[in-house]
Amino acid sequence: MKKVFERPKSMYPVSTHYCPGCGHGIVHRLIAETIDELGILERTVGVAPVGCSVLLYNYLNCDMYEAAHGRAPAIATGCKRVHPELVVFTYQGDGDLASIGTAEIIHAAARGEKITTIFINNAIYGMTGGQMAPTTLIGQKTTTSPFGRTSKDTGYPLRVSEILATIDGAAYVERVAVNDPKNVMRAKKAIKKAFKTQMKDLGFSLVEVLSQCPTPWRMSPRDAIKWVEEKMMPYYPLGEFKSPKREG
Amino acid sequence: MGKKTLMTGNEAIAEAAVQAGCRHFFGYPITPQSEIPEYLSKRFPEVGGCFLQAESEIASIYMVFGAAGAGARVMTSSSSPGISLMQEGISYISAAELPCVIVNVMRGGPGLGGIQPSQSDYFQATKGGGHGDYHVLVLAPSTVQEAADLMMEAFDLADKYRNPVMILGDGFLGQMIEPVEFKHMSSTDRPARDWTITGAKGRAQNVVKSLYLKPDVLEQHNLGLHRKYQKMIKNERRVEAYLTEDAQIIIVAFGMAARIAKTAIKILREKDIKAGLVRPITLFPFPYQTLERVAEKVDNLLVVEMNLGQMIEDVKLGVCGKAEVHFYGRVGGMVPNYDEIVADVEKIVKESR
Amino acid sequence: MIAINEELCKGCTLCVNVCPFHLIQIADRISSKGYYPAKFVDLKGKCTGCTLCAIICPDVAIEVHR
Repeated sequence: MKKVFERPKSMYPVSTHYCPGCGHGIVHRLIAETIDELGILERTVGVAPVGCSVLLYNYLNCDMYEAAHGRAPAIATGCKRVHPELVVFTYQGDGDLASIGTAEIIHAAARGEKITTIFINNAIYGMTGGQMAPTTLIGQKTTTSPFGRTSKDTGYPLRVSEILATIDGAAYVERVAVNDPKNVMRAKKAIKKAFKTQMKDLGFSLVEVLSQCPTPWRMSPRDAIKWVEEKMMPYYPLGEFKSPKREG
Repeated sequence: MGKKTLMTGNEAIAEAAVQAGCRHFFGYPITPQSEIPEYLSKRFPEVGGCFLQAESEIASIYMVFGAAGAGARVMTSSSSPGISLMQEGISYISAAELPCVIVNVMRGGPGLGGIQPSQSDYFQATKGGGHGDYHVLVLAPSTVQEAADLMMEAFDLADKYRNPVMILGDGFLGQMIEPVEFKHMSSTDRPARDWTITGAKGRAQNVVKSLYLKPDVLEQHNLGLHRKYQKMIKNERRVEAYLTEDAQIIIVAFGMAARIAKTAIKILREKDIKAGLVRPITLFPFPYQTLERVAEKVDNLLVVEMNLGQMIEDVKLGVCGKAEVHFYGRVGGMVPNYDEIVADVEKIVKESR
Repeated sequence: MIAINEELCKGCTLCVNVCPFHLIQIADRISSKGYYPAKFVDLKGKCTGCTLCAIICPDVAIEVHR
């Protein structure tokens, strides 16, 4: 009997603070596996801003920054401009990236900043207890849209991947999900492709991950992964919105 | 650049940064300091520096955070409203103990205010404009030469204390042209920085952060910062005492206001009124002891500021009631004229006889 | 076969869902962490080591041997 699946080396052997069934844990593993497989632990730097994943430095053992809410792309830019040889990624939630940090992410893409962003879209603010986010769906109940979000008052959810794909500096943009093994494997490919895009200096790369968030959604983990498929995917279609050109 | 050249304050500050080995600048245009990014956007390529204009002052300060965390000698510059946008970032930089230099070329406020010179950001700079118990080491130059000298030292002080250092100038100083030379060679051998983000090669991960969810741990962190500020207070206080020995009245002013006060003092002395000047150069740490000493020898002090009275509060703390503290201020971009100061001093001296 | 680390498992049941041969159940006792952990029951040795359970596990609590 050979071990065919084990914890990646770039991941500390600890339990996480995330809720049972939360997508973060899966994405953390995919990043750690990518770092292991590309052999870049010693030159990878992560930037995790405020949000459920602010404690990313407790789970991944590469160099890390903890960033202010919404500002991870700016910190990543500062780091990358000092150490262009490092592989720098930000790990941001939707409240962070699509709300307070909109300017930073759009301008990082516009600059073609050679960083990678892993963008977790769970259509809600998780850490603060389930408030409405810019990605909250119409009709979705949250602690600040208790009767269901209405477009009359709060407009429409933001499709970040499609927006960023229109920016020339963005070399690679894909939306994936982690609600079933098939999608998790596709997400892994996308994350690896994003890191490689950066390593080939092709420009900015972003992977948006639709992620189940059982507690604030007030669902069981099983219902949550169904909700991702039945409710989120119709509004946030999966797919590659920007493909990196062959370099050179 | 051993020889003197004519430069504006803004350009001198920018060149001083280059001379001090700063190779990273992140900033945003705002009058009256835009010549600093403009200068560096031309000059940095000559020395392999990285000049980047960010999308906002908020992004700028966090790019500084990232670069400082990665071990670079880094700076930003802005003016009053822009510095307000940077306050959260400055609090984060202070908490994460990252060395950097921030230049504020002050303009009239509040709000959009104006673009003429002012000193209305004294409180913001010295009492902490952001959240939490923290301090920025604040240096206030009053000549273009001093701005260049202090700018170069600022990088060493930032490294020495792993803390942000602020150069607090104003639109007047930034735009005026004076001869300047770049003499102070800052120590190129910077202190050991094994904490920086360089990629965990042959070592455990480094984490640059300011999050401490356990209150007892955050308290210890705060007490550590506090000890650092006490060390700054003990070692870094700088003040100029000008003609104070025989003075019967002391003017207290910093930066541009202090220069104007010196002219007033010359005129007053010609009228047999012995006035002197105490000019704080570090606004944090503030030279309270100097004021305490002079307050024992005179009955009156006159604080002159380009605001409605901010440094005067610290002056009163130093004087501790031992003498009368008067105030003369112009605000909104109006700059006091020396004869206004002369007239005010004459009035005080006359009334106190 | 698979090894489920009870210290890491939070009983989210996602692995139970994906196992093609339904070889994973939720235990009826509480782990030291206070969760009802997943339990691997494969009396007939049907597990092929396909790793679907480990891929969906949010807590990297499952090691797979083949």
